[in-house]
Amino acid sequence: MEKQNLKGWLYLLPALLFLGIFMIYPLVDVFVYSFEEGYNSASQTFYGIGGYNYSYVLHDAYFLQALKNTFILVVITVPLSTGLALLISVALSSVKPLRELFQTVYFLPYVTNTLAVGLVFMILFKKTPYSDGLINLLINCFGGSSVDFIDGPYWAKMFVLCFYTVWVVMPFKILILTSALAGVNPVYYNAARVDGTGRVRMFFKITLPMISPMLFYLVITGFIGAFKAYSDAVALFGTNLNAAGMNTIVGYVYDMLYRDSGGYPSYASAAAIILFAIVLTITCINLSVSKKHVHYH
Amino acid sequence: MKIVLSHITKKFPGRGRGAKKKEDVIAVNNFDFEIPDGKLVGLLGPSGCGKSTTLNLICGLQKPTEGRILFDEEDVTELTPQKRGVGMVFQNYALYPHLNVEQNIRFPLENLKGPDRLSKEQMRARVKEAAGLVQIDGLLDRKPAELSGGQQQRVAIARALVKLPRVLLLDEPLSNLDARLRLQTREEIRRIQKKTAITTIFVTHDQDEAMSISDLIVVMKEGVVQQIGKPQEVYDNPSNLFVAKFLGTPPINLFDGKVQDGALFIGEEKVLDLKNVSDQPVHVGIRPEGFVPAESGPLTCNLSRPEVMGRDVSIVSTHPASQNPVIRSIVDAESCDHLSGSTVRFSLHPRKVFLFAKDSETRIPFETT
Repeated sequence: MEKQNLKGWLYLLPALLFLGIFMIYPLVDVFVYSFEEGYNSASQTFYGIGGYNYSYVLHDAYFLQALKNTFILVVITVPLSTGLALLISVALSSVKPLRELFQTVYFLPYVTNTLAVGLVFMILFKKTPYSDGLINLLINCFGGSSVDFIDGPYWAKMFVLCFYTVWVVMPFKILILTSALAGVNPVYYNAARVDGTGRVRMFFKITLPMISPMLFYLVITGFIGAFKAYSDAVALFGTNLNAAGMNTIVGYVYDMLYRDSGGYPSYASAAAIILFAIVLTITCINLSVSKKHVHYH
Repeated sequence: MKIVLSHITKKFPGRGRGAKKKEDVIAVNNFDFEIPDGKLVGLLGPSGCGKSTTLNLICGLQKPTEGRILFDEEDVTELTPQKRGVGMVFQNYALYPHLNVEQNIRFPLENLKGPDRLSKEQMRARVKEAAGLVQIDGLLDRKPAELSGGQQQRVAIARALVKLPRVLLLDEPLSNLDARLRLQTREEIRRIQKKTAITTIFVTHDQDEAMSISDLIVVMKEGVVQQIGKPQEVYDNPSNLFVAKFLGTPPINLFDGKVQDGALFIGEEKVLDLKNVSDQPVHVGIRPEGFVPAESGPLTCNLSRPEVMGRDVSIVSTHPASQNPVIRSIVDAESCDHLSGSTVRFSLHPRKVFLFAKDSETRIPFETT
């Protein structure tokens, strides 16, 4: 028995070592940094231990702006992208001709480069002294006046960021949901048809519960992904996100570490730990809600 | 309620490429039959014979290419399944895994609209009644995954019965159950059908199943009805070679034989005297119970071994003219005490011997002298 145990641990050792060095140790380290006040990475010294880093971050106007941006992004894009993806997947599953073409078209954004697409979005939405973007031309067509979506008012920039995020995350969700829908045994629909079930009821009472595990997976990963948003904002608004007022929490962490004001690993760690706490809380809420509504078979 | 299937044909478009492309697959070919009210009918045939398609046509999940379907006098050919008032039990039961037993049984009732809509209490009463009928009252809170195969089967039947259908359809109702449960459940289906007196049609590839509980069996092959009748009649009077081979366990024994000068020959041995049959080569089918061991019997077989099955004994033997590798005959345990040596001789029960034409494989009636 003892020997068996030893053997088991030996098998686990490579994975444990790897996880320990590259995952657990850094996590613990970040946690430690976040409580070391005035840490200097060059001299590896700090003044004392305490909660000052958290207090600083939570009173930093840039962090609060980033927090607000991130929350707006999460609240808008996660339900919207999941809902739209569900709608499109159901539509895709119910058409026969050209289904594969549509699936390819809807999946294309997933294989394109974020920054390249960001550039395209920027050109679509930007307004310069010389020209309006395509979107502004459209707005003008319908009698509206031009808006600069990239350097203009906050709501316009937020709109573009949300639009872009939804556009980027949807293909993966559509892919997952179409395969989940295809995985529902058609015999359930036959049974429901024999019993005279209407289309709407069939969707809510059969389809939705059947694909609920996949839907739930998408919501959880969607939340986490949206909270960790950074590159999308950079693609649209450039690297100086604080100046654009479009920073995100991860962007704030990055800035604290590396950008011109950089060299503050303690503040960055504190911000990262705050983000971790937020994601953990939301995920726990998600999990407890899912107990009632997600059906694993 | 009686069901009339009038010249039903169902074709599926061919999937092949090139020259084969236009060739339709005919799943059901000119099915013409009237199913009497309140009977239990078994659709029987090997897989791919069109029996499930026939069931789906009656159910309304598929539309016939040609022909009409009538429930009593009402033409239901164009009606959707829900308007036909049919209850269906699917082969894998199709219980909704996320709903418990009670919710599963109640599901069809919740679809009713307008004046048919039931109150909560009425629904509960109907669910209770259906659950009581199939004896699953104690399981209403369980999820389908927490039930045994037999219990799931009962829930599926309850769900089909709860809306008081005019017709109950069962697709391979016993195929997912183990042997013991199968015996029990088929009695159960018979009991429920008798009690509710709903016209019931079930599909099976197992002839035992069909023979044991059906009022009528319909034997199908490649979309064509071969024979319809009471189980015993079909067994005793198969209309062609296929039906004779398909019914009966152990299966019928087949020999190459010939009719010559008013007698039936198997190999060189003259086994029966016949009247009114012209000389021709024939398939000879002999039911296992048609062999009688006799010291001076006309049919001589090479004895392999007796197989003791308790109540009776099956003698396994071979014969050069046999189309099967072995011949199985079922005889009383006493009558094989004297079995010895390498051969066994049989005389034949004329009523258990069938002749079929060599080419058309249809039955050739004969009388013995």
